[in-house]
Parts: sequence; structure tokens; C-alpha cells
Amino acid sequence: MPITVLVIFVLILLVLTIGISNAPREGRKDIVSPLLGKAAPSFTLPKLLEAGAQYDGKSLLGGWHLVNVWGTWCVECRAEHDMLLQIKGEGRVPIVGIDWKDEDASATAWLSQLGNPYETVVTDHDGRTAIDWGVYAAPESFLVSPAGIVVEKQIGGMTPEVWQTQFLPHLAPGAAAGAKAGA
Amino acid sequence: MKLPALLAAAALAWSTLAFAVDNTPPLADPAMQQRYEALIHEFRCMQCQNEALADSNVSLAADLRLEVHDLILKGKSDDEIRDFLVARYSEFILFRPRMSLRNAWLWAAPSVLLLAGLVVALSVMRKRSLLPIADDDASDNIADA
Repeated sequence: MPITVLVIFVLILLVLTIGISNAPREGRKDIVSPLLGKAAPSFTLPKLLEAGAQYDGKSLLGGWHLVNVWGTWCVECRAEHDMLLQIKGEGRVPIVGIDWKDEDASATAWLSQLGNPYETVVTDHDGRTAIDWGVYAAPESFLVSPAGIVVEKQIGGMTPEVWQTQFLPHLAPGAAAGAKAGA
Repeated sequence: MKLPALLAAAALAWSTLAFAVDNTPPLADPAMQQRYEALIHEFRCMQCQNEALADSNVSLAADLRLEVHDLILKGKSDDEIRDFLVARYSEFILFRPRMSLRNAWLWAAPSVLLLAGLVVALSVMRKRSLLPIADDDASDNIADA
């Protein structure tokens, strides 16, 4: 009998240990997007900087794009802005900005003051497109493949580490393998 | 006759205070409105994770309430609306997780543990019943002697 009790005790201990070691550490950052590996949701939204012009989500096809959801009301968006400018400077992938539930005037002012990292900025006033993309905490960034598949997602500000370890490897698999071998 | 009607009117007026958070226009069909109320209590507000969509005044929660409202108007079923939100925000948006292979063991655990307890209890009881009733025999002997 004591052996049975011991076995049960060890089993329970095992379950608890596995459970605790798998528990999310940073809460909401661990929520996996159901969008990963799936086609980017379609959308047609007005362009911020060209009055009257519309942007069709199909324009994302044919080349890699980083889709960045932001707003001037979002504190962390300001924090990541320099990183976005740096990504633009690297020239590896164009950034398409979705200005989420924002005033056009403040968004335009933001871009002229802080610099514009975006190839195109579209405005999502009613937030429907953001819902289709499963956005809940700006900033969020999605890497969309030339085939239109969402391959990577960052919830919260883009950082150099996340960019280098999670996003860049998708853009140049060969170069990433080389960099790993060299390091 | 007049007092109950007056009380009912007062209660109705008072109840609107409870929905102050929700600015979504009410649905004309009472059955649809009832489904709407039930659904927005089922979903988590992703920004303020321990509140339901119904209770949150964050702008995303308002947008999602409007989405639920519009989906009901479009004739979507409750399950289709759940699928719509899960497809975008993952199972995490459901307060009542669905059963899946990944969490099936969690659902089964209580019955499995109960069964294991029963087996242990039964085997203990059986072993005890097989023990000789030594004390009683001894006292009987003393009483006999």
C-alpha cells in the first residue's frame, strides 16, 4: 500500500511540475494567434496620406511585407517607432501600417514629426480590419509571406531581439543558417 | 393595478443603469437581444482579461460587442459567432473552454481521481474485513471464563 501511495504522489508531483513549467510567463504574450500559418485577412481601407485613395490587402501578395498595427494613442507604439525606422533603413521588407482607431490629423502629424517608416499607411477607423486580424493590444506586427500567409506575429513593441531572432530568419533562411553557423 | 405597473416601469428604468457600459444599439427582436446579452457574457475582453465583453468599457470590447450585434443581425447562429471570434482571437476569448484532445485529460481527471479513490478505499476495506477480530475474541474468552 505505501508503494501505491508513493506512486500516486510522484504522479501528482509530475503533473504539477509539467504544468507549472509550461505556464505562460508574460501572460498575454503567450496567447498564440490562430492566424499564424493562415492567409492574411482581406481588407480594403483608405490610405492616410493620399486623400481618396484605397488600399487593397491583395497588394501584400508577391513580396514579403511587415504589417504593423499602431495608433497615436498607443504609448508602446511610440517606443517601437525607432525600431520601425531602423527596419525601413535595413530595406529588407516594406512596412504597411494600419492606423487603428485614430484621428487622421494626429496620425499625419505623428509621421511628419517622428519620421515615416511605412511604405503605405491605411486607416482603420471602425476597427473592423483589426478585429479580422485578431488585434487586441497595439502595437502588433505581422510578417506576411509573398503568398499572403501570416508567418510571424509580435504582440507589443518590436524589439531588435524579436526582429533578429523571430522575423529576420523567415526573410532569408539561407542567410539565417549561415549567421547561426558563424556565431 | 396602477402600483404594480408603476413599480415595473421604475424597475425597467433602473435596469438601464446596469447596461450603461454597453452603447451598442439594442436589437429590435427581443429573442435576438437575449442571445446578444448571453453571448457578450461568454467572451473575454482581450485587453482586460478578467472582464467579459459585456462588462468592459475598453474600445475594443465595444467594437467586439458591435461585431456580435451585427453577426446576429446577419442571421449567424451562436456557434458561428463563437467560431468567428475564436478564429481571430483563439480559444482564449472563451470563458468556457471547449473540450479538445489537448484538454481532454483535464475534463477526465475528476472522474479518474474519484475512481482511483474508490479502488483504494475498497481494497483497504476488503483487507480490514479479512483481519481476525482478535480483541473481541479475547474479551469473549475472558467473559466466558
